[in-house]
Amino acid sequence: MATTDTYLNQPSQQQSDDAHGYYTPGAPLVDEKAPTGPIAMRWTNRKFSNALVNPANRRKLNVIIVGTGLAGGAAAATLGEAGYNVKSFCYQDSPRRAHSIAAQGGINAAKNYKEDGDSVHRLFYDTVKGGDYRSRESNVYRLAEVSTNIIDQCVAQGVPFAREYGGLLDNRSFGGVQVSRTFYARGQTGQQLLIGAYQALERQVAAGTVTTFTRHEMLELVMVDGKARGIIARDMATGEIETHLADAVVLASGGYGNVFFLSTNAMGCNVTATWRAHRKGAYMANPCYTQIHPTCIPVSGEHQSKLTLMSESLRNDGRIWVPKKAEDCDKDPRDIPEEDRDYYLERIYPSFGNLVPRDIASRQAKNVCDEGRGVGPMVGDFRRGVYLDFSDAIARLGKDGIEAKYDNLFDMYERITGENPYEVPMRIYPAVHYVMGGLWVDYDLQSNLEGLFVAGEANFSDHGANRLGASALMQGLADGYFVLPNTIRDYLAHAPFAPIDESHPAVAEAKKSVEDRIAKLLSIQGTRSADSYHKELGHIMWEYCGMERSEPGLRKAIDMIRELKADFWSNLKVLGTADSLNQSLEKAGRVADFIELGELMCIDALNRRESCGGHFRAESQTDEGEALRHDDEFAYVAAWEFGGDAGQPVLHKEDLLYTAIEMKQRSYK
Amino acid sequence: MNLTLNIWRQANPTAAGAMHQYHVQDISEDMSFLEMLDVLNEQLNEQGEDPVAFDHDCREGICGSCDLMIDGQAHGPEVTTTCQLHMRSFKDGQEITIEPWRASAFPVIKDLIVDRSAFDRIIQAGGYVSVNTGAAPDAHATPVPQADALKAFNVATCIGCGACVAACPNGSASLFMGAKITHLGRLPQGQPERDERVVNMVAQHDHEGFGGCTNIGECTAACPKEIPLDVISQLNRDLRTAIRNGH
Ligand SMILES: Cc1cc2nc3c(=O)[nH]c(=O)nc-3n(C[C@H](O)[C@H](O)[C@H](O)COP(=O)(O)OP(=O)(O)OC[C@H]3O[C@@H](n4cnc5c(N)ncnc54)[C@H](O)[C@@H]3O)c2cc1C
Ligand code: SF4
Ligand code: FES
Repeated sequence: MATTDTYLNQPSQQQSDDAHGYYTPGAPLVDEKAPTGPIAMRWTNRKFSNALVNPANRRKLNVIIVGTGLAGGAAAATLGEAGYNVKSFCYQDSPRRAHSIAAQGGINAAKNYKEDGDSVHRLFYDTVKGGDYRSRESNVYRLAEVSTNIIDQCVAQGVPFAREYGGLLDNRSFGGVQVSRTFYARGQTGQQLLIGAYQALERQVAAGTVTTFTRHEMLELVMVDGKARGIIARDMATGEIETHLADAVVLASGGYGNVFFLSTNAMGCNVTATWRAHRKGAYMANPCYTQIHPTCIPVSGEHQSKLTLMSESLRNDGRIWVPKKAEDCDKDPRDIPEEDRDYYLERIYPSFGNLVPRDIASRQAKNVCDEGRGVGPMVGDFRRGVYLDFSDAIARLGKDGIEAKYDNLFDMYERITGENPYEVPMRIYPAVHYVMGGLWVDYDLQSNLEGLFVAGEANFSDHGANRLGASALMQGLADGYFVLPNTIRDYLAHAPFAPIDESHPAVAEAKKSVEDRIAKLLSIQGTRSADSYHKELGHIMWEYCGMERSEPGLRKAIDMIRELKADFWSNLKVLGTADSLNQSLEKAGRVADFIELGELMCIDALNRRESCGGHFRAESQTDEGEALRHDDEFAYVAAWEFGGDAGQPVLHKEDLLYTAIEMKQRSYK
Repeated sequence: MNLTLNIWRQANPTAAGAMHQYHVQDISEDMSFLEMLDVLNEQLNEQGEDPVAFDHDCREGICGSCDLMIDGQAHGPEVTTTCQLHMRSFKDGQEITIEPWRASAFPVIKDLIVDRSAFDRIIQAGGYVSVNTGAAPDAHATPVPQADALKAFNVATCIGCGACVAACPNGSASLFMGAKITHLGRLPQGQPERDERVVNMVAQHDHEGFGGCTNIGECTAACPKEIPLDVISQLNRDLRTAIRNGH
């Protein structure tokens, strides 16, 4: 690490030790690839110092990419264009269906097309601040820097972004920032960006540089002589267990929000790819950092299988309220007079009002519902919903004005709830939406395992403890198009590595472990479905490791998860066979990994006795009940090493030191 | 509500399939159609019978995975995806028939799951703009009239679900293909490859075993994204122009 750079903060010294007895302290962790010098030059310098690979050698080099979302799809297309031999995997039937497709709101870029004072530096600043000073400054700066290239690339691919009358690109302001830097395609930005990447990927398939393996699930990482050399995947249509070997492996397998059972993630989103790598030695960083999104359609009953997000842009025009009195909660909201409504965000945060950051909006919604002032149907023992009311906006802009802006969102809401939001206020409730935690990577996006790279939501690197709206799409494409292709070549310049084949003991062992595990899952023959375990895990996580966490709650959760795990492995029921399409078996494998992850998340949350970013620790608040961060103790990345099934996870700390930005406590009052 | 379900069961691509009857009770009208099938599958799992396999992922109408033929209609009675169909569209006591997409270019893999990889191969044949990463000019270098951008966007919303094929008596994928041809053909970035694109995509389409378009219009009626029929006219126009240009 730099000796020439001057840091604006001191390394933290943790005093508390809440997770004592649940983990083993490990050696400090340093990012050996961390660049130094003036922040604006770091990426340029790194690209220059990275080794080049002779074009003639590239097609002899094999890269496996797990995931075809924005990160994996973009990386596969770009590495294919460069001439590498790429194998691309996804669990869906087509690369185009990766969950990036569902992103609605938009993608940030520091284009400053609006001349409203935006710049790379401002986007960098907003992102570090938004992440509550728990991300690496060099990574974030690079993200802001390449953001502008992303828009150029996408437009050239034919991504139909929204445009103004004059034909230039339109922007909106998003997620409480003061500048308009968000590019969008109606409420379907993720879809349009992903289709762009998908088409670029299919073009490479036609060119013969990329081979796609759809309906394939990665179930194990192959490590040979300390290097990631391949994966074991199951062909989900036939059940065949396949070995794929390469010179480097990229995981771009998305986020693990489904550990909460209910989330805005797609049904198949899972942690298996990254968790299997974790068990093989890759560190899992900040696993407890999850983002809860305030504007989702509330749960309607026990049968619910997933939650639907509505773009946060709705908060630009909708006003959030609940009745002042609990006894009004089952009334028709239109019959509740103005003076009996509590516009609680406007009341508590007069300057930001309904546009406070996601975590604050979410937590306050939970608070008013916990107080018994929630609205909508009873779910369990209370009502989980608050109103998002457009009547003022409709009066101001007309129904047409609202329609032009939110048409598809209003339709979606009506389809799901059966209520017309032009007439009755919408009901919203927070839901798990994104995970900032993920596999630890260095500046080159390489994990601590040589040859294993991690991109997109699957890594931990850019969003600290909280992600700003429209920044995940930016990160996925930055990683996939611009960062990874430039950093992985430094590694591939040393390849091809020693030839290996399926008979290599380490490879054969990896394959056998997958077969054994599948046989185990099928042999338990108990009474409960994988889904029922998943639901139970989700309840535990939401209750104790969700928006608000406390020491006793987390301890209780860890015990409950351990019991659940024991029960899972003795009482699971999976029908069908290993050698055919078997969705119950797929699900069981994923739930098994979620259970292990859930425990680690709770341990991580227990250790971090501070409120920061998206999560709130009951033991760390100001006198006014606001989040209190502890930079003196926790300005570090918590990177967890797998400690074995019988052992404890090992905690490695990477200090977060800043040269270009000064840490401040957030205040939205 | 209580429902009777007639569902196509087929163990694998080569097995002979058949309709099977099941009953589900206490279905709430707030459930989505797929949540209703989740209830059935929990029930089957308890009874020791193999759950019904069906494709789904996002469950919010955007990924294009879900694909059920419900009472002979692709995605069922509403203009939406199967996952966004809710049980309030059905009545207590109703009998519902659920089948996979039927088209020779979409072979059944298991139960309600079909193989739609032919769509990927149609895109491989030319459904893209050839621009390598890093080779792009500034995004504002070429303004695009708002009307063109809007039209391109509207047809680019196709989710690749295949309902158009399933609904078409000819098993044609012309709507899917026309949507892509129109999306890229409306934008300046799509012009250089416009002729080749249409010729190659149509050739691949025919090669995959999709049928020809005879202007019946069932495709657009079934399309959850309301892709209009005029994309097929655009497809034909582009094809004529390309042939005239010597392709
Ligand atoms: C509803 C919703 C709305 C959002 N809106 C926005 C927004 O407006 N702006 C924004 O910036 N961000 C938004 N986000 C966040 C953003 O969409 C995601 O963080 C981002 O798209 C993740 O991209 P990715 O490439 O990392 O992963 P994904 O797109 O999730 O792709 C994961 C890929 O990995 C594959 N995969 C996973 N596991 C395996 C396995 N074991 N074996 C094989 N393949 C596997 C999958 O098949 C898939 O191809 C939103 C997220 C959601 C859920
Ligand atoms: S055109 Fe419509 S029906 Fe056909 S694949 Fe696209 S979205 Fe589905
Ligand atoms: S499951 Fe994604 S569109 Fe229906």
